[in-house]
Amino acid sequence: MSPYFEGENFSFERHRDSDMKQVFKRPSSLRDIPFHFCPGCHHGTIHRLVAEAIDHYHLRERTIGIAGVGCAVFVYEYFDIDTAEAPHGRAPAVATGLKRALSDRIVFTYQGDGDLASIGMSEIVHTANRGENITVIFVNNTVYGMTGGQMAPTTLLGQQTTTSPYGRDFNQDGYPIRMAEILATLEGTAFSARVALNTPANLMKAKKAVRQAFEMQMNDMGFTFVELLSACPTNWGLNPIKANERVEKELIPYFPLGVFKERKGSDHF
Amino acid sequence: MEKRLFMKGNEALAYGAIKAGCRYYFGYPITPQNDIPEYFSRHMSKVEGCFLQAESEVASINMILGASAGGARAMTSSSSPGVSLMQEGISYLAGSELPAVIVNVTRSGPGLGGISASQGDYFQATRGGGHGDYRTIVLAPHSVQEMHDLAMLAFDLADLYRNPLVILADAVLGQMNETLEDRPYRPLELPPKDWTLTGASGRKPNLIKSLYLKEGEMEKHNWKLFEKYQSMKKESRYEISRAEDAQMLVAAFGTSARVAKTAIQIARAQGLKVGLFRPITLYPFPDQALLDLSRRVKKFISVEMNTGQMVEDVKLSVARDADVHFYGHAPGSPPDPEEVFEAIKKVY
Repeated sequence: MSPYFEGENFSFERHRDSDMKQVFKRPSSLRDIPFHFCPGCHHGTIHRLVAEAIDHYHLRERTIGIAGVGCAVFVYEYFDIDTAEAPHGRAPAVATGLKRALSDRIVFTYQGDGDLASIGMSEIVHTANRGENITVIFVNNTVYGMTGGQMAPTTLLGQQTTTSPYGRDFNQDGYPIRMAEILATLEGTAFSARVALNTPANLMKAKKAVRQAFEMQMNDMGFTFVELLSACPTNWGLNPIKANERVEKELIPYFPLGVFKERKGSDHF
Repeated sequence: MEKRLFMKGNEALAYGAIKAGCRYYFGYPITPQNDIPEYFSRHMSKVEGCFLQAESEVASINMILGASAGGARAMTSSSSPGVSLMQEGISYLAGSELPAVIVNVTRSGPGLGGISASQGDYFQATRGGGHGDYRTIVLAPHSVQEMHDLAMLAFDLADLYRNPLVILADAVLGQMNETLEDRPYRPLELPPKDWTLTGASGRKPNLIKSLYLKEGEMEKHNWKLFEKYQSMKKESRYEISRAEDAQMLVAAFGTSARVAKTAIQIARAQGLKVGLFRPITLYPFPDQALLDLSRRVKKFISVEMNTGQMVEDVKLSVARDADVHFYGHAPGSPPDPEEVFEAIKKVY
């Protein structure tokens, strides 16, 4: 298991000697409790990346998280910050209301693909278009995870799910939606990137993108969006290693990684 | 004496809301309530507030949820079909115990219906409206003055009970102009908002949620909400007029009550001893007051602009030997006073 997978089974404290330097620890914005996520799921890693960004900029005491519905909803169990739970798909609207009321706070939503790209498509597009100064963490694992692996708007063509048992067919279900590219076309979007977590190199880029999104929000740059390609071994019917391989072989070719929009300070005002 | 204004119902409501400290308005256009967002769009910036035209009623109600979670006084307004779209969010507000004010300047339905006044949304407003076992406080103005006064009261009651509150007006009340005493906002004594999401600085993190998965938690939460709804009973408000010698009482709210008042004048002129019972809170319904009246008056008629909704609450409230009748004027236009008088005379 890679050390990037945070959890109780990987404790540095146990091996620590007085003359050894601590190089890795739980971010202080995360509570010291085990994740409920399935083995090999990337949610735990994504939680860590967000918590690291909050710690890095010392934002814990002024950050408010808005959880979507799905596996993402338990954000409030793990983050040691103020959190709210939004109705399915509505996290960007809830974040809009909160940020308008408390414009000096840092507000982020944490949403899955069914939540954001299906039922919440209207809210995410309009929130981005208004340039709301919030950060959206979008976890794209190509399935509805919590409800048991149904077809999502991001399910790949040919991918079998519990509601596309013969594989997703574009004649019936249309095509997988590329959210990072769609939102990058909107004037209100300041930052839109897609990253993956399947390799150490990709993870470092993901960490940088999440940190940049929060930094841009701190600088009132507008709407920031990070899409993270995430493994769901349970609903993909793969072991964690094979699931990571699928991210590389199947997801990344259709959902290319990169920064699709990055507003520079000078072109904002 | 307070300054007198001449105002439209919708605008009087918005004016009262701003006086009561409402600084966040989120809404979506729909007739016949458009004067409300238009008023806020002109005036919110003057009080350093925020007017935002949302992309839908679904978004509006969730923006309210966010602003309310942040501790702000926030409201939205809409009309019947738009309020239907908000029901999911209202259920979440109730489950999460967040204060919010939702104004329904009703039109007729079902479906796209029409833009004329109706009281067809009584059940939706008083029975929760969305999924789950919850209630909202429901205030029913019957004049421009009350559109203004109840708007001010609404924010205090919503905060006091940490609960969404619905103001159930209608197209007539929203669109008509009347004189208005410019009464000041007199706040109730309210508990501090120590539950808001403002960033966990120097305290433990706060959490706003309505999800309860652990064994027994959901049941406990529902009973806690039930206790709260029971405690709201003391907020029941109503108007009783000409009941002292009455042989019969008309029960009516909102625009129906105004028409009923004229019908009662006609009846009195003809020697019929008729009075009025007008609930101002539709939830909590003033059942005790009605029960007390029914110990003496044995005949009631519920007059509504629908096919029979509030009449169920009247029947549930009165003494067992009281006789409850109904006169309904189905949505389309308000009834004529003569028509209501004929209905009164028939059962008197």
